[in-house]
Amino acid sequence: MARTAVSGRLSWLVATVKEARDETATARTLALDVPGWPGHLAGQHVTAKLTAEDGYAAQRDYSIASAPEPDRFEVTVQRLADGEVSPYLTGVAAPGDQLEVRGPIGGWFAWQPADPRPLLLLAGGSGIVPLMSMIRTRDQAGSQVPVRLIYSARTPADVIYQSELSERVRVSPLTVSYLYTRTARRPPPEPRDTQDTGPQASGTAGPGGGRILRRYGDRLDAAALAEVAFSPRQKPAIFVCGPSGFVESAADLLVAAGHLPGAIKTERFGPS
Amino acid sequence: MNVISRGFGGRKRDGDVELPPGQYLEHGFPVLQAGPTPPVNTATWSFTITTETGDSTRWDWRQFTALPAQDITTDIHCVTQWSKLGTRWRGVSLDTLLDGIETNAGYAMARSYGGYTTNVPLPDLRDGKAWVAYEYDGKPLRPEHGGPARLLVPHLYFWKSAKWVTGLDLMLRDRHGFWEQLGYHDYGDPWREQRYQGD
Repeated sequence: MARTAVSGRLSWLVATVKEARDETATARTLALDVPGWPGHLAGQHVTAKLTAEDGYAAQRDYSIASAPEPDRFEVTVQRLADGEVSPYLTGVAAPGDQLEVRGPIGGWFAWQPADPRPLLLLAGGSGIVPLMSMIRTRDQAGSQVPVRLIYSARTPADVIYQSELSERVRVSPLTVSYLYTRTARRPPPEPRDTQDTGPQASGTAGPGGGRILRRYGDRLDAAALAEVAFSPRQKPAIFVCGPSGFVESAADLLVAAGHLPGAIKTERFGPS
Repeated sequence: MNVISRGFGGRKRDGDVELPPGQYLEHGFPVLQAGPTPPVNTATWSFTITTETGDSTRWDWRQFTALPAQDITTDIHCVTQWSKLGTRWRGVSLDTLLDGIETNAGYAMARSYGGYTTNVPLPDLRDGKAWVAYEYDGKPLRPEHGGPARLLVPHLYFWKSAKWVTGLDLMLRDRHGFWEQLGYHDYGDPWREQRYQGD
């Protein structure tokens, strides 16, 4: 069982890249072998340290994408145009390469499989990563809680984990609502898993009870939230992760819709 | 342990700026918080210092902003590895707020609207090291950055600079605040890289 919080001395562990796979044009998943890694809670993150030949070192925090297991985990890294570490992790690092990691870190933005509450997840961009760990952990642990994910991305091509999410919607009570903020119209050739339900939104139900909705040219607003979110009476556990502006407006919308501030856990990245 | 990441050069963009270990230079102003931004209205805002004997001293917004204020230019260091240099604030020194308050306490718990807490040794709040700040970069402090007023303790990692602060409880014995209960360091000196307990 992973610990619920950082405890004792957190030491640096050697991580070896086992596999690298591109998720989008700018996001890559690295599967790391980390002997001694204790496992983690879904939602936690890790500090990665890269050291150059001349001893110069840089550290950054990354959310863990995988479900917990000992001695390995996966991170998905979004390349930042002006980044120092992310271009290396998304472009250079290859199987066999090594870095150091320390963690898991963060016991607050974390979901426990024993949590009986419905799970409401709101992702902005690569904020999907720790939420994907929750979705994977839920399935791995055999939890039966229904999950609803609102995922705001610039365009369909920016969506990380698209095919895996479609498959999980097909087999489990997972509903995914995509908001494409910079794609104004639905493209003519429709993905196979979609059917029309209106001018803006489209969706389909799978045997697991899940469905996929798509909204084009929309930012998260009260209507997009109400279409998918559990009601406050259902007392969902709520996790919001993304750029600061997305998290700020999502959290405000949730509170305005009647959700208790204490039930809303947030994680932000990037400057505001 | 000396692991070299093959092909990693780093940008060394920080030049000859001296940063605490493990930090990188950030030019934006990232936001770190655990939940929604609480609505805080200056009409009902108050700041209260409560001593270990239960004596309390309270300021409302008008009284607080009438206190002598200072302009502060300082570097700030977040535990999530970013540092921002030369940030400009305006606020009331804790020396001013603690002046005349009798206490034998060695520690303080900062309390915020929304329920956040963080513990700081009381000497770290004295002698020109800490403020309750209400302006950033010449403008009223924005809610996502802790407005209307936040604690500013720039020599410690920035989670100690509690946003939306509404009071200090002075304590004879140290207790853990919000992040400290979750494994973050009790003191949090960036220059000694005290991020997590045991560091």
